[in-house]
Amino acid sequence: MSTYPVTADSPAPLRSWLLTDSPDSRRQAAWGGAYRRWLQFRRNRLAMTGFVTVVLLILAALAAPLLATHAPGAQDLARRLEPPSTAHWLGTDELGRDLYSRLLYGGRVTLGMVVSVVLLVAPIGLAVGTVAGYAGGLADRILMRITDVFLAFPRLVLALAFVAALRPGVTSAVIAIALTAWPPFALLARAETLAIRKTDYIAAARLTGASPARIVLRHIAPLCLSSLIVRVALDMSGIIMTAAGLGFLGMGAQSPMPEWGTMIATTRGYILDQWWVPTIPGIAILVASLAFNLLGDGLRDVLDPKQE
Amino acid sequence: MTSASLSRLTGVAMTLFGLILVTFLIGRAMPIDPVMAIVGDRAPPDVVARIRLELGLDRSLVEQFWIYLQHLLQGDLGKSVMTGQPVTRDILQFFPATLELATSAMLIAVVIGVPLGVLAAARQGSLFDNIVRVISLIGQSLPVFVLALICLLVFYVKLDFAPGTGQQDVIFQGMVPTITGMVVVDAALDGQWDAFWDALAHLAMPALLLAYFSLSVIARMTRTFMLDALSGEYIITARAKGLSGPRVLWRHAFGNIAGRLMTVLALTYAGLLEGAVLTETVFSWPGLGLYLTRSLLNADMNAVLGATLVIGAIYVGLNLLADSLQRRLDPRVD
Repeated sequence: MSTYPVTADSPAPLRSWLLTDSPDSRRQAAWGGAYRRWLQFRRNRLAMTGFVTVVLLILAALAAPLLATHAPGAQDLARRLEPPSTAHWLGTDELGRDLYSRLLYGGRVTLGMVVSVVLLVAPIGLAVGTVAGYAGGLADRILMRITDVFLAFPRLVLALAFVAALRPGVTSAVIAIALTAWPPFALLARAETLAIRKTDYIAAARLTGASPARIVLRHIAPLCLSSLIVRVALDMSGIIMTAAGLGFLGMGAQSPMPEWGTMIATTRGYILDQWWVPTIPGIAILVASLAFNLLGDGLRDVLDPKQE
Repeated sequence: MTSASLSRLTGVAMTLFGLILVTFLIGRAMPIDPVMAIVGDRAPPDVVARIRLELGLDRSLVEQFWIYLQHLLQGDLGKSVMTGQPVTRDILQFFPATLELATSAMLIAVVIGVPLGVLAAARQGSLFDNIVRVISLIGQSLPVFVLALICLLVFYVKLDFAPGTGQQDVIFQGMVPTITGMVVVDAALDGQWDAFWDALAHLAMPALLLAYFSLSVIARMTRTFMLDALSGEYIITARAKGLSGPRVLWRHAFGNIAGRLMTVLALTYAGLLEGAVLTETVFSWPGLGLYLTRSLLNADMNAVLGATLVIGAIYVGLNLLADSLQRRLDPRVD
């Protein structure tokens, strides 16, 4: 039984506690492993850039009310389509609203949608995949057939049809993207489960009388997590683009709500004369999805090198 | 027929059935009353009742699905409210433009993307490799409609280099007979070279744009596959035997990944359908994507579901094609 041996003012013992070759407890081994992976991750400059950018974007979105210089919906028709200035850092849009402030609030909507999708999708994919993989047989066939059906649509097209049926808006967009985004997670979790279920320790768990539910929940699902996290990080940019695409086609967040894709859609007519108005939200989308791609690549190298 | 290919066929059939079921259910879940969409909300009650009966909305959901299936087998996807035509005819009319756009994009993407990936893998870590990585990373992070808008701005407005949106200039409209529906091909077949060059110029920018996004996927996957193949022992053997670098690279390593690459190419081509929805909207390209988004904005549900179903079916078909090509090219599979 090891107790946590360090205090805040002694980083060196913490480091050696983490990096020891002979951990005294499971917890110490787990923390040590995580720390080693972090050290490896930190060496990857691109991945770190992605990580820092993602953190900054999330912070900026959370702190939007503090950072914004104007209310996101405040119109000033006398000052529409202005170029960037000291009063309006990124200029104003077609209704004289401050672009910088709308960009910040738009980040809340866009990133909020992405986070909601992931929170919906990862557990569903994990559940479907582990159950299908562990149960096998008919349950596996049925679940995988359903997965195939959802994989058989291009994501954006299926999401469009769903949103059209549900009526356009942020909630429908999240549901629609979630419905189209879970299959890859299910396939991944199933593949991992198939590899894990044949191992000795699962056989041992079964021999000690663990129920299938317990085996799946406590022994298989946790081991699928690392590859699932990598997949989530890599899928983030796809989700951002689908959300923005829906917004661009008028099926996502509805104006006047600031969402990056919607902002481009409502101002695309000004690309010829006031090009920065639709371009700035476009850059925001590019930065966000680039950051998630870099982060995902870095996480993959650390957590799951065999994944494509 | 072997049992393996039989089970694959049933798999595809079941997937298609699932596709139809999903689109049917989406159609029934919509909040818009289909009767009201046809007759308007000021129609007398007896007309509403008659249309309701005509549409079979008084029957059970299972019965309705059965009728939907029967109509579908006869190629009947219902009538579009927006165009007043059968959806099937609309789709046949709009699809060639998408086919033209997606196919030319795919050709460009393969011709550029595959060599980029192969050469990047051959010189892993070099400047060239890093440039290819940056190109494909940006391609995967930039929404197609953003780049489309920027390209319109730069090449059409600022440089006056590219023609504007649409498939043809106004002066050529209606002059080319419809043979395949693809204007570039039709103009060439009819020998109208002015119209041909005009159509080709209109095609160039949207096709290059879409190609860029497919190219970024293709180059990245080719590179990954090639790195994997190049680490094989048979490559070392081939080199030790004194075979030339290009021969090892293209015949031994590339020959081994061709099968896997086929799957990627088919999936990329399918992904182009998705990119086409957004690109066609920006470029007013009269294809299936534009048809889909216009129907969406008009709440024309039959058209939306018909287009979705057709795109889904093409997707399934492409996957099947990729699967069988991979089996043909790569004896290790199966």
